Amino acid sequence: MSLNDLLVNLNLIMPITILTAWACVLLLVDLFIPKERKGITALLAALGLLVALALVISRAGVATSAFNGMIMIDGFATFMSVIFLFSGLAGIAVAYDYLIRSGIERGEYYVLLLFSIVGMMLMAAAADLIMVFLALELLSIPLYVLAGIAVPRPDSEEAALKYFLLGAFASGFFLYGTALVYGATGSTALTEIVSATTSGGVNLSFLVIGAGLILVGLGFKVAVVPFHMWTPDVYQGAPSSVTAFMAVGAKAAGFAALLRIFVLAFPPLAMDLTPVLWALAAFTMIIGNVIAIAQRNIKRMLAYSSIAHAGYIMMALVPYGQGNVAADTVASALFYLLAYMLTSFAAWAVVIALEHNMGEGRDTDGLSLEDYSGLGQKQPALAAAMTVAMLSFIGIPPTLGFVGKFYLLRTVIEGGFPGLALIGLLTSLVSAYYYLRVVVYMYMRDGEPVVRREPWLYFTALATAVGVVVLSIFSEPLFNWASQAVLKLI
Amino acid sequence: MVPIQYFIGLSAILFTIGILGVLIRRNAIIIFMSVELMLNSANLAFITFARMYQSLDGQVFVFFVMAVAAAEVAVGLALIVAIFRNKQSIDVDQINSLHG
Repeated sequence: MSLNDLLVNLNLIMPITILTAWACVLLLVDLFIPKERKGITALLAALGLLVALALVISRAGVATSAFNGMIMIDGFATFMSVIFLFSGLAGIAVAYDYLIRSGIERGEYYVLLLFSIVGMMLMAAAADLIMVFLALELLSIPLYVLAGIAVPRPDSEEAALKYFLLGAFASGFFLYGTALVYGATGSTALTEIVSATTSGGVNLSFLVIGAGLILVGLGFKVAVVPFHMWTPDVYQGAPSSVTAFMAVGAKAAGFAALLRIFVLAFPPLAMDLTPVLWALAAFTMIIGNVIAIAQRNIKRMLAYSSIAHAGYIMMALVPYGQGNVAADTVASALFYLLAYMLTSFAAWAVVIALEHNMGEGRDTDGLSLEDYSGLGQKQPALAAAMTVAMLSFIGIPPTLGFVGKFYLLRTVIEGGFPGLALIGLLTSLVSAYYYLRVVVYMYMRDGEPVVRREPWLYFTALATAVGVVVLSIFSEPLFNWASQAVLKLI
Repeated sequence: MVPIQYFIGLSAILFTIGILGVLIRRNAIIIFMSVELMLNSANLAFITFARMYQSLDGQVFVFFVMAVAAAEVAVGLALIVAIFRNKQSIDVDQINSLHG
């Protein structure tokens, strides 16, 4: 590859190129920003994300491949990139004041966030298993550091170590699966894997085991049962602003990779993989929702809720092998990820607004359900945002969560799995119990919640909550946009 | 020439040892070494298949994996040192302050 080719290819992935370069520059610039003015770094990081977002949107509709087919720039990558960049912006907005008051403000926080987003964008665009692996590591390693950024606080360190060990363990599975797929088909490019499989002559047992190991590796990342053990501990121990970003970004990136790999490369294996996906989705929805009922700590509750939502999205993946439904699989999963992103940030922004350090005149840390008592009277705006988020998580109209769940269930029923759709519906009913409990505490109990008046937190909570409601009214064009992101072989 | 199956068999055994090490051992560093063993067993498989197909791709992947593993070591050991400073122990059973 000549220098000119390299420049052409870097131009093709311009948003990623710019973001990478910007993150590297920011790492140096940050050295010259005084310690008490790290808000400048946050602002510069947000600026970089906005520029990348503008570039991504201005290039929507382009479908091409770069770096010898290692990267695909298509509607799917564009849609996911928009989700990642928005979660990056929201991640910075919820982090800014929180980091200052927790005494863990560091410029590196924002730089690591940028690197992680670069990894996520590459993950959605990767068309080669090795590229997926590199992107996976690029998004994970900064997240390990971010989870432990509150060092020497023991719970943050513990969360970082657990996340790191299990994340690396999962990478091992993913990599070995990649090696086996390479062994079976002679290539790691998704297009060549599928053409080798359909033309026959591949070692099917290697291929199926490889696909299974890849599923395990990515299953850890998106936290589906039985690979979810790390999630509650990590979500609880990591600083809340990191958890908010991780819950959305890492999960969406994991699903982006799962969708692209399965829909593009593994349709010939649908016979073997569909029952596995079915069981994973069913167990994830049931176990995530049932255990969430027992949680009194809001961060742990949201962690189990995020596990349950991974199950719902997994549900869309079950009929991935049926040519006529596969398009809906991708569209409904993308739509749900968008809904999940907005809803999740609304909820986490409220959680962060209520969190406070122990010993500031209070013997709580603002994270248990009781701390939400009386929020409805004290802070009607925040309480309303939280209520919208909870309704959207359950899937009650008029929220984006309802529309998203509707599309998911429709896909599953079209694919011929009414049983799974029924499980999805019933577990949603179960989830209403623990989501509505938060609402009950906010409006029907008296209390004196400690709430911070921090403009960016308020803005994030309200903007995402309004988005959840308003976008649900205009869900039709949004879904059409997601439908255009259907995966095709270029 | 040693048959391909032997290499694949060895890599599968190493991979299994790695998994068992992660699941059974309780010392964070040994768990981490087991993870590295899993990555290296994948490397061995990559090289074997690269020879089988007479293509360089697989060998190039190994370099990527080694670079990634080095990055993981940097982060992982830093975390383990930070925990050791706090607790004077890196036994994962004693790292249990988070629970429901």
